[in-house]
Amino acid sequence: MRTSYAHVMAVLLWSLGGLALAGPPAMAQSYEQALAGFAADAFSDTDAAITAVAGSGHPLAAKVIGALQDGRLLFNADDRKIYVREPSGTVLDAATGRPVAGEAPPGLKSVRLNNRLRRSVEAALGSLTLLAPEPSRRLAAAQAVFKSRDANALAALEGALARETDVRVRKAMLEARAAIILTQPSAREADRVQAVGVIRDRSDRDARALLGGLPADLPPTVQRTAAEAITAIDRHLARWEMVQHLWYGLSLGSVLLLAAIGLAITFGVMGVINMAHGEMVMLGAYTTFVVQEIMRTTAPGLLDYSLAIAIPAAFLSAGLVGIAIERGVIQFLYGRPLETLLATWGISLILQQAVRTLFGANNREVSTPSFMSGVVELGGLAVTLNRFWIIVFAGLVFALLLGVLRYTTLGLHMRAVTQNRRMASAMAINTGRIDALTFGLGSGIAGLAGVALSQIDNVSPNLGQSYIIDSFLVVVFGGVGNLWGTLVGALSLGVANKFLEPYAGAVLGKIALLVLVILFIQKRPRGLFALKGRAVEA
Amino acid sequence: MITRRFLEAPDRRGWIFLALLAAAAIIVPALNLFVPSTSPLHVSTTTVALWGKYLCFALLALSLDLAWGYCGILSLGHGAFFALGGYAMGMYLMRQIGPRGVYAHPVLPDFMMFLNWKELPWYWYGFNHFPYAAVMILAVPGILAFVFGWFAFRSRVTGVYLSIITQALTFALMLGFFRNDFGFGGNNGLTDFKDILGFNVQSTGTRAALFSISALALGLGYLVAQAVVRSKAGKVLIAVRDAESRTRFLGYRVEHYKTFVFTLSACMAGVAGALYVPQVGIINPSEFAPANSIEVVIWVAVGGRGTLIGAALGAILVNYAKTQFTIGMLAPYWLFALGALFVLVTLFLPRGVLGLLPRPEPTGVPCSTSGPPAPKLRSAAGSPPVQPGGGEHASVSRPGAAAAQPVLAK
Repeated sequence: MRTSYAHVMAVLLWSLGGLALAGPPAMAQSYEQALAGFAADAFSDTDAAITAVAGSGHPLAAKVIGALQDGRLLFNADDRKIYVREPSGTVLDAATGRPVAGEAPPGLKSVRLNNRLRRSVEAALGSLTLLAPEPSRRLAAAQAVFKSRDANALAALEGALARETDVRVRKAMLEARAAIILTQPSAREADRVQAVGVIRDRSDRDARALLGGLPADLPPTVQRTAAEAITAIDRHLARWEMVQHLWYGLSLGSVLLLAAIGLAITFGVMGVINMAHGEMVMLGAYTTFVVQEIMRTTAPGLLDYSLAIAIPAAFLSAGLVGIAIERGVIQFLYGRPLETLLATWGISLILQQAVRTLFGANNREVSTPSFMSGVVELGGLAVTLNRFWIIVFAGLVFALLLGVLRYTTLGLHMRAVTQNRRMASAMAINTGRIDALTFGLGSGIAGLAGVALSQIDNVSPNLGQSYIIDSFLVVVFGGVGNLWGTLVGALSLGVANKFLEPYAGAVLGKIALLVLVILFIQKRPRGLFALKGRAVEA
Repeated sequence: MITRRFLEAPDRRGWIFLALLAAAAIIVPALNLFVPSTSPLHVSTTTVALWGKYLCFALLALSLDLAWGYCGILSLGHGAFFALGGYAMGMYLMRQIGPRGVYAHPVLPDFMMFLNWKELPWYWYGFNHFPYAAVMILAVPGILAFVFGWFAFRSRVTGVYLSIITQALTFALMLGFFRNDFGFGGNNGLTDFKDILGFNVQSTGTRAALFSISALALGLGYLVAQAVVRSKAGKVLIAVRDAESRTRFLGYRVEHYKTFVFTLSACMAGVAGALYVPQVGIINPSEFAPANSIEVVIWVAVGGRGTLIGAALGAILVNYAKTQFTIGMLAPYWLFALGALFVLVTLFLPRGVLGLLPRPEPTGVPCSTSGPPAPKLRSAAGSPPVQPGGGEHASVSRPGAAAAQPVLAK
């Protein structure tokens, strides 16, 4: 088996067109012969031995090289035998892999390394994992070779390629091989042109870096194809970058939407300036934290599902606090928006301080359920799953809210009261109750936003404050009293922010956006989707 | 002529206020400088600095009251003008440090050396001259307010919308000033001052003088504000506050009046900031924090808006309470107290502390015959462009309220 494998390797090598490799064809030697090279403890012999052992394909090769790296490879100068000392202390015979019977022979010394050898060891270990049984490890090894472009790994790579069945791993190995050939001065021109093609198909940043860093003394054909490949990759990357920005923008937009949509109800529909809106978001986040802590102590196995409980709990807690605020303070201030603003600001201070007293000023840890953690690669786009689920959640909340306003009796009453309070009252609608419920609904939705934000932001007493100005800008930008305006406002502000960021930096981008919105409000004081006709005059 | 106008303006309360200020400006420094520290009458330097700070806050509150109390412009960004004035003063003080900084560079302030800057940015030129800095203290906040106000008022951004964009303005400035490459010391701001006009900033004499100057500035600010609100233009301002559309229909260029009073108010805030900085010894971007600006509003509300004196009084009261709270065991409860103050004052004390006193004579404050207190803010809700939903509430929500504002129910 061993020899047939070596045979295949040799044939492959030959078919590659006599690519010059350092040293004699290592595979031809047997593993035991190669091992003996370590016994000399001379750096040049050790180097040859590393290459030979790594190329032998012997099952013990990885263990031996690993031991060499850690200084656990021992040799006996007298009988030129090689031993491996396990981290546990037992000493194995490197040739057989069995523990040495009885006492370890005296006079064992470890094989010395220098920096150059350490690099060889790393490269050898990299190529050895190319044959690992798990595809993920093979993939990682191939990618490591692509990055290191170590010519010594070529032989191992060829061998691994011949046996590889996994399509993705195979592709990575082909790319790694192309990378090596491309940087190998002795490779043939045609091979190199072909290698450029392989790397061009990879079309990512690493490929761009590899092609951009090629030496200047390449044959003109290779240089030309490389230049073409670079332009193609750049175009490809630019496209994906746009998509990535769009994704970030959508993600930020969905967060803004969640934070602003409750405000669109309380401010947009009811006309109440609720400066404590951010604190409703914070209450939602802390509810999530509390629910999770309770689950952690009572039912640790169900921790992943704590969000399912946190969502209604956050809605209820924030909603009830909202109703209490409306009944306790705001109902006396209708028609006095500036005073409402001050009073609710006071409430926000009290709520913040209350939470700080109860939970402490430090950030609280809210763990992310397993289905929400991780990243999925879609082409050149890295999709973080928690962001993805927040976008979905924001969409659901928005749709649900539209549904409530459109199809339920409560929604009907809300619209009636905001459109014509007296007439609604004459139709036996309890307007005070509807006011309280509407405010509760808006606050409850802010609580839902808190559940989502607890997954991506720090849960601290200041959580809400960082969103309040943004939320107001979204509602004002989108047009007061119009939920669709809020949706468009949130998404466009989110996307605009993320597209400005790469040019202006995060802070300047934000400032630019604030200035733009301020200018926009000058131009259209009632927002993107202003109400028209009588509603404005009401 | 102008002097006469200024001096005729204050009412009896105004004279009491001015007399108190003058007394404080003379007596407090005297008690600090000339009474030995063993005497019970001695006023410590810390107290002088603290009350000097309160006086600056009072001037800031006064400036906000001019805009909010008399013209209905609720600026949630007045702290920005205060901080800009403070930065202008801070830049002068930084240039005065000269080669005494840690890096001993004759021109560049320490933070620029630290950032490895080679030369002074152009906007720092001239700040080594006090007259130039003094002009900038008025000009920078003034020009910003003028440009901002001109755009905002021309397109009739009113009421709550204006409040929110002023808040966004100060938020944007805060983000900007936090950046090192803005050239204003970034996060740390400007500090480590040495001299002002050749006097040591730290010395007792300078501190006492700064206290007197602050009292003087507050008195002067009061006289200017009083002269404005008593003038014919002041009557128009009050008309704008109470019924903006009606004033416009009567042929007044509402936006001109608003821009004027907003700019004047910003200049006063800038002066307050400039006097504040040498007394506390530091100016940093947190002065731009939106929360600070909202706090100014509550000072005015506590004292009584539309009274000028009340605003100054409110600033001193609230800040005195804040100091008492935050130095003692009660520190964690200060925010509870402040929050409760916001709620209670708006609910139960709409005319502030001064509103509790009997009115000496009718002045520019709107007549309160039309029902519940603080009717002036109705104008914001009632003017058409404000907000559809709120307007609805304003006009018909409570039968009592609706009856109380016949102007707006139409």
